[in-house]
Amino acid sequence: MSAAQEALPAIRGSRDATVKRFALTDAVFHGMTRAAAILVLVLLGGVAISLFAGSWQALSTFGFSFLTTESWNPVTEKFGALAPIYGTIVTSAIAILIAVPLGIGIAIFLTELCPRPLRRPIGMAVELLAGIPSIIYGIWGLFVLAPFLQTTVQPFIIGVFHGIPGLNSLFAGPPYGIGLLTSSLILAIMVLPFITSITKDVFDTVPPVLKESAYGIGCTTWEVTRRVVIPYTRIGIMGGVMLGLGRALGETMAVTFVIGNAHRISTSLFAPATTISATIANEFTEAVGDLYTSSLVALGLILFVITFLILAIARYMLMRIDARTGA
Amino acid sequence: MRHFIRSAAVAIAMAAASTLTLSAAMAADLSGAGSTFIYPVFAKWADTYKKDTGIGLNYQSIGSGGGIKQVIAKTVTFGATDKPMSDADLEKNGLVQFPMVMGGIVPIVNLSGVKPGELVLDGKTIAQIYLGAITTWDDAAIKALNPTLTLPSTAIAVVHRSDGSGTTFNFTDYLVKLSPDWKSKVGSDTAVEWPVGVGAKGSEGVANTVKQTDGGIGYVEYAYAKQNKLSYSKMLNAAGKVVEPSLESFGAAASNADFKGSKNFNVIITNEPGDATWPIAASTWVLIHKAPDDAAATGEALKFFAWAYKDGKDTAKALDYVSIPDSVVDLIKASWKADIKADGKPVFAGE
Repeated sequence: MSAAQEALPAIRGSRDATVKRFALTDAVFHGMTRAAAILVLVLLGGVAISLFAGSWQALSTFGFSFLTTESWNPVTEKFGALAPIYGTIVTSAIAILIAVPLGIGIAIFLTELCPRPLRRPIGMAVELLAGIPSIIYGIWGLFVLAPFLQTTVQPFIIGVFHGIPGLNSLFAGPPYGIGLLTSSLILAIMVLPFITSITKDVFDTVPPVLKESAYGIGCTTWEVTRRVVIPYTRIGIMGGVMLGLGRALGETMAVTFVIGNAHRISTSLFAPATTISATIANEFTEAVGDLYTSSLVALGLILFVITFLILAIARYMLMRIDARTGA
Repeated sequence: MRHFIRSAAVAIAMAAASTLTLSAAMAADLSGAGSTFIYPVFAKWADTYKKDTGIGLNYQSIGSGGGIKQVIAKTVTFGATDKPMSDADLEKNGLVQFPMVMGGIVPIVNLSGVKPGELVLDGKTIAQIYLGAITTWDDAAIKALNPTLTLPSTAIAVVHRSDGSGTTFNFTDYLVKLSPDWKSKVGSDTAVEWPVGVGAKGSEGVANTVKQTDGGIGYVEYAYAKQNKLSYSKMLNAAGKVVEPSLESFGAAASNADFKGSKNFNVIITNEPGDATWPIAASTWVLIHKAPDDAAATGEALKFFAWAYKDGKDTAKALDYVSIPDSVVDLIKASWKADIKADGKPVFAGE
């Protein structure tokens, strides 16, 4: 028996203890992260349940017609959510239409074309846009952008499209300055930094070797961006767009200031309209009747469902694209 | 550093305590919530009152509906509302209500060539405009009221409040009284289904939108019209006289209102009689529990209100509000003594 052999059990003992300790810390860590993940699900479920419970009275009173009627009358307590649903979807869609090409353009410029010393200041400036509180956007929209649109842009557009059937109803007066298009513009500015900064970050993740190979076989910058960078970062860009869309759908304060808050659906983009969150923000404090309050909560539930559906559809689309390209 | 942490902890604890209005530690401060219309004068009164007595007021101007909800939930000592509660609702929740202050609502217009106070309107015409039946400024109905003015053929751009508001409640209440069409098609509430026009958030939003829109018409609290130098219109009142909006004409509406013959002070002072009366005046009511859980806090609140009725008159006037006439204040105090009780004794011990 050498001394070393005698020491073995002791070493083994301490090794076992260490391994046990590692296993324990691992288990605790595993449990904590899992609890954090489950907490999100619980919170989401809680929100859904409380929204559902709060809106039950309205849903049981109006049934399916809540989604299909336009009347929003606190006096007779007849409520229908069609006008705010329409306004929410249309303003967000137009905002995304404007912001996505702009955002991707800025991101391409910053990552591929911009001279190095300018890169940081421009990037910072775009991200600072995200730091501006929405109330400031709202006030700026009401006092600066709306009068400008009202006196210059809108009369011009109304005049241009005046005699063209279809377009003349899309751009019909009177020019109030506030309305669907104005809030879409404000939303576009608000979601731009989200889309830009996420797109820029994912562009930076493209391996240089891919780009260099493309340049090596004689691609132009446009071709590299179009054929290499964008396909490689598709999911990331989609994520940025979705984040922007989520922000646009739920934006309240800025929209309330510039949308005109009218519970009506009109074909004109210059007409006053309303969105779900603007309606809730406007009317919740003064809603005294139970049915009125419940209808406002039901609007919240609808927004929750719309957001959920849009995210689900986006995920599904991404899965389809991935399956097709075999990525 | 440690000292900083301790003071931060104290600050957080105090913030937490201030939300628990029922906690004994904060019994020194009054708590209320509700009407935004009354907020400026409450803030000013509270400032002076704190200097005099050391008792502060924590008033959240979250809107009348919110104030009603909070006082029912007993999270605040009193609520303030621009729309009186019905007798049944007061009974159900064990509340009493009384008017605290009054003000006026004025129509504002934006017409090139028409100066403030030149245009005359009446309730019927305003109702027709807000129904979308009158669409241009040179309509015969408006011309008939203004034979001497040259009115442009500009389209009328109707502006209303987008948020639920006591101002809207009083304005639509007036239109209901004057126009059977309005009564059957729209009705009156803090928010209604507007047939035409754009909604703007808050009185400042309405004022601003009218200012920017040629041919615009809106309605705001008098203070906004006065401070923003907006082009207000004169009104034809119930007595058939043309009146200017002023503290005097609002006061005339208040003194002609029959609070004595009312139950729960539920008098909406639109379209009141009297030659000098402004037709669209408005009150804000305070709501407080009949059998309070915290009698001391309620007693302090009533003391503050009594002080405001007596010593807050100049402040109210400076901010373009009309004080409650002394005769009505006597009725209010009598109702406090009769209704607000703890252990069978009146909570209000003052005069």
